[in-house]
Amino acid sequence: MTRFFFRHFDRTAIGFVATLLLIAIVVPFFNLAVPESSVFHIPTYLVSLWGKYLAYALLALALDLVWGYCGILSLGHGAFFALGGYAMGMYLMRQIGARGVYADPVLPDFMVFLNWKELPVTWYFFDHFGYALLMIVLVPSAIAFIFGWFAFRSRVTGVYLSIITQSLTYALLLAFFRNDMGFGGNNGLTDFKDILGFPVQAANTRAALFALTALFLALGFLLARAIVASRFGQVLASIRDAESRTRFLGYRVEHYKVMVFVVSAAMAGIAGALYVPQVGIINPSEFSPSNSIEAVIWVAVGGRGTLIGAAIGAVLVNFAKTWLTGTFPELWLYGLGALFILVTLFLPKGIVGSLSARVQRIKGSGAA
Amino acid sequence: MLRRLTLILGLMMGLIHFDAPPAHADDAAIILKRLATDNYGEIESGVTALAASGLSVSEAVLNALADSRLSYRPSDKEIFFKDASGKWIDAATNVVANEQPSGLKPVKMNNRVRRALDAALGSMTLLSPDPQKRMAAADAVFKSRDANTLSALDNVIAKESDAVVKQHFEEARAAVLILKSDASEADRVGAAEKLGQRGDQDALALLNSVTEANATANIVAAASLSAKGISRRLALLSAAQNAWYGLSLGSVLLLAAIGLAITFGVMGIINMAHGEMVMLGAYTTFVVQEIIRTKAPGLFDWSLPIAIPLAFCVSALVGLLIERIIIRYLYGRPLETLLATWGVSLILQQAVRSAFGANNREVGAPSYMSGVWDLNGFQITYGRLWIILFGLAVFVALLGVMKGTSLGLKMRAVIQNRRMAAAMGIRTPLVDALTFALGSGVAGIAGVALSQIDNVSPNLGQSYIIDSFLVVVFGGVGNLWGTLLGALSLGLANKFLEPIAGAVLGKIILLAVIILFIQRRPRGLFALKGRAVEQ
Amino acid sequence: MKRLISSMAATALVAGSLVASIAAKAEDTIKIGILHSLSGTMAISETTLKDTMLYLIDEQNKKGGVLGKKLEAVVVDPASNWPLFAEKARELITKDKVVATFGCWTSVSRKSVLPVFEELNSILFYPVQYEGEESSKNIFYTGAAPNQQAIPAVDYLMENEKVQRWVLAGTDYVYPRTTNKILEAYLKAKGVKAEDIMINYTPFGHSDWQTIVADIKKFGSAGKKTAVVSTINGDANVPFYKELGNQGIKATDIPVVAFSVGEEELAGLDTKPLVGHLAAWNYFESVDTPENKDFIAKWQAYTKNPKRTTNDPMEAHVIGFNMWVKAVEKAGSTDPSKVIDAMIGVSVPNLTGGLSTMMPNHHITKPVLIGEIKADGQFNTVWQTPGTVVANEWSPYLEGSKDLIADWRAPLSCGNFNVKTGKCGGKS
Repeated sequence: MTRFFFRHFDRTAIGFVATLLLIAIVVPFFNLAVPESSVFHIPTYLVSLWGKYLAYALLALALDLVWGYCGILSLGHGAFFALGGYAMGMYLMRQIGARGVYADPVLPDFMVFLNWKELPVTWYFFDHFGYALLMIVLVPSAIAFIFGWFAFRSRVTGVYLSIITQSLTYALLLAFFRNDMGFGGNNGLTDFKDILGFPVQAANTRAALFALTALFLALGFLLARAIVASRFGQVLASIRDAESRTRFLGYRVEHYKVMVFVVSAAMAGIAGALYVPQVGIINPSEFSPSNSIEAVIWVAVGGRGTLIGAAIGAVLVNFAKTWLTGTFPELWLYGLGALFILVTLFLPKGIVGSLSARVQRIKGSGAA
Repeated sequence: MLRRLTLILGLMMGLIHFDAPPAHADDAAIILKRLATDNYGEIESGVTALAASGLSVSEAVLNALADSRLSYRPSDKEIFFKDASGKWIDAATNVVANEQPSGLKPVKMNNRVRRALDAALGSMTLLSPDPQKRMAAADAVFKSRDANTLSALDNVIAKESDAVVKQHFEEARAAVLILKSDASEADRVGAAEKLGQRGDQDALALLNSVTEANATANIVAAASLSAKGISRRLALLSAAQNAWYGLSLGSVLLLAAIGLAITFGVMGIINMAHGEMVMLGAYTTFVVQEIIRTKAPGLFDWSLPIAIPLAFCVSALVGLLIERIIIRYLYGRPLETLLATWGVSLILQQAVRSAFGANNREVGAPSYMSGVWDLNGFQITYGRLWIILFGLAVFVALLGVMKGTSLGLKMRAVIQNRRMAAAMGIRTPLVDALTFALGSGVAGIAGVALSQIDNVSPNLGQSYIIDSFLVVVFGGVGNLWGTLLGALSLGLANKFLEPIAGAVLGKIILLAVIILFIQRRPRGLFALKGRAVEQ
Repeated sequence: MKRLISSMAATALVAGSLVASIAAKAEDTIKIGILHSLSGTMAISETTLKDTMLYLIDEQNKKGGVLGKKLEAVVVDPASNWPLFAEKARELITKDKVVATFGCWTSVSRKSVLPVFEELNSILFYPVQYEGEESSKNIFYTGAAPNQQAIPAVDYLMENEKVQRWVLAGTDYVYPRTTNKILEAYLKAKGVKAEDIMINYTPFGHSDWQTIVADIKKFGSAGKKTAVVSTINGDANVPFYKELGNQGIKATDIPVVAFSVGEEELAGLDTKPLVGHLAAWNYFESVDTPENKDFIAKWQAYTKNPKRTTNDPMEAHVIGFNMWVKAVEKAGSTDPSKVIDAMIGVSVPNLTGGLSTMMPNHHITKPVLIGEIKADGQFNTVWQTPGTVVANEWSPYLEGSKDLIADWRAPLSCGNFNVKTGKCGGKS
């Protein structure tokens, strides 16, 4: 097992994972242990903010796995992210119990004022954390499996595939917006109190969630790295580069695609589940097609097919967004739009991709 | 109650209008003063009293009130109205004022006053020389069903020469009779048949209210027979109506998607900024209308024909710029183009937001696009009719371009086999640029049409982009007939699902069906065949 | 090498954020946060509120500011993205150190920032009409609760237009759902039969109204006077009204009363076919009082646009801001806890010639105005409550809330006190 994970563990991977583990320790330390008056104190809101960035980075990683390494441009990965988020949200809603505004021990607030008499079947067992964990992984995977099975078997590729992934997330958006679905409708699920007994708002919990997200990002990276460095990964790369040829060589291309799609969906679901307690709300607009397209941009900016690039791209673009919406609230969309255009025109390999290409050239020319 | 009183008195007065002695000038002043107030109840009763008074000036005053030309002076409660030439006339004395009297306040209206006014004016026009007004009066009676109007109706029916108007009078009479408890059975059965002939929703409602409680068995039987006939007819109508709605929705989808189909077909790229091209067309219409409103208000009906070529040019130009500056360098990389055009769409949205503000902008409908054509219950709204015709015209024009022009020939060649076309001497980069401009221009024209039925705001494009993609994917890329068929079938399917499953669920089902459909036919309805056709 | 790059990038990121976050210098101004969407679907409604706040702060600064210090506006764009609302709220309070925030429009945005304001103990002024069923210690609701808008509108239709059949048409989200529940219970309590009530929900941005308007027409031709109570939101209103006009439904036949259509929305519509349709608000631009005329004149001068409209949520911000200023002066400090305590009972003039008071339930008293649309896009007030109405934030017509009241004065200090059980339920 360890060999599987560390076989192709090169310096890049070591560096990345080490940095993540370092951040997972350092940031909570500077938030909790250092007093507020000190200049080194990291305010709690930043901890949650960066935790959010890291959750996005995990989503970007999942997307890079299918896109950068297998050529499946999924414009609907936000759906899996949101599904995992909803599963976590449902668990958190059940945890509120009788502390809701209407003081109903079983029904969440939104069900009370929409006149639901009892808990719908979809909500059973969500008061157990284990069940919630299972659902976080299972639901996105199941939907990815069904969708992928139909799509890849019929050999839908390229632009067509992208459009139907967009339709998938759009259909889910419409479905979750409906108030009679029982998932909170347009308001979504919010007003969480605690997770596993720890109050969601407390600084300790936030720091812990941050550390967990960094940890899962590292784990996700390792898993992805292991996949792409293995024989399985090589087949994926050949599917990306020359699908028909791979098929003619005897590989069952559909099976490979479905498998990687399901794994990626599960990762995205976990990212969503980590995102929700840090942000405090899950809402159907997470399903919106523009969220999924933005995720693709993160990967493109960072560098598709580099894994690290995806993660860095996600953090960078979201940081830019946070900064721009605060500093230039009227103009930030120009900035974001320009970023997309410039990156696709001048940095087709993304930031990390271009940098490493340049490094390779220097190395190559130096060696020669 | 008050309304019926108006109708009775009005009808009676309307009939003996020309024989009545003119009311005393003092009476006129007293009645008119009742309109000089802010209290809606008093205005309403003043209207009915005026209608009933038989005063010669009442029609002019009531018409003025309907057109918001009636004012009063709070100090002495004198009523004034503005006539067609713009001069102010004192209603009580009929004296023309040299200049606008000071301190005037308009006599305000609310829905109750308006209804009383409609009833009053309607009743006064039962004998109007204008057949349209007579018909309107007949419909007013149909709605109010006052039994006291019966003799008046019999009178006008005997004198009426216009067949259509006579039909309306007879229907109104039938409406009065059907529920009249002291009318003869034969009369009421005849009324039931007449209402069956009228055959619309109002008649159905009336017939359904005939029960054992207020009629004999024969009458009830006649009424229910007629009601059944009407229900059948209405069901058929409803299906036809749904088909019409589906067609009009389909034509909207067609307009929005056809430009995308062309660019997608020729260049194989997804243009995420397509929706913004539509939006630019809509805003062009807004600007044209603004200019016309301020400089040449008489040309308002021409605003759309003027806007169409302008919108085409604006969107085509922007499309050309995008192609030259960005897309050209991304040749052969469709997925990168998707991302880059997404960025362009964000910039365009923000640019429009900064220039025009984030709010909806008002785009008015020209006179030929407002109103409804009622074909015996089948409602055809003019706006939608024009949009369907327009969509078909655009389609035919594009077909002409594709099949008949040299650009079209080159485009088709590039769609089928780009490399071969280049080898034959076709300048593919130029074809690309012109195609993109054409597709964007068509989107701009679509925006002109869409401005009539939807909001004009920076977000306009976003609401159509997903539907456009679905149409293109469903219908097959690069194929105009596919787009037409795809758009129409999606529109029809959507509209037929809506009454059954509701708007949201209908949309979801449709999406699921398309996803499944793509499994069956991954290249859409009209897939291009051939070895060299790459994705 | 790659490792170096990635490590550098990560460190740079951390450092950069640190620097950016330490940037808050101590200045001698009082900071006010403005949390309204300037892009995305809600920009249409919220941009004008941002401008209103800038205007109000400017006016106050001309009068010398508050407690001797000038006010400074901190504007952020949460981009109609609900998680971004929470993030920006947190940023405004902890990084920019605002002492009060004016913002939000949709209930989702308010619900997503509510935990933030409660956790960090700051103040939010929420100016939009909403569904009620909430009362937070840290939020002051200057918009209407259902009994300050929906119920008087229904009363007007029942008494003045003698409506007997009702279509409750709304967009599918919480505000219409809750309002329609309340209205349905209210109508039934007034003796309206279930078959005379038709309820219909459409998705956001629904643009093809042909079928639904035809259904409304059918429902309304059964012989009884019918009216439509519309909680249709935002963008969908434009195609809805256009279709009404196209299918020839006049206000004298089937009047439509809307709760989310104001002067701003009418500016984007051709209002001639809509004359006579109604809206229920607590303020109209056409109200003829000296305060309103003065406000409109100054506002149009400030925005340099003689055609700029005003609407109800703007008035709510005017009232909220003036109340905040008065409470700060009363408390002698901008500290949120002190201001919250001082706010209850504060009374300021509204723009319709009366007074607005902040009640212990953190809602304000408002008059209810019913207006008919005029051809020029303004409203003609056809009815008005004689005085102001106190908000019922917990609707007496809903099962879960009929026993609840909110009272933030000591000793209760509770937003959802159950009068039957005598306990303060919910908040831990």
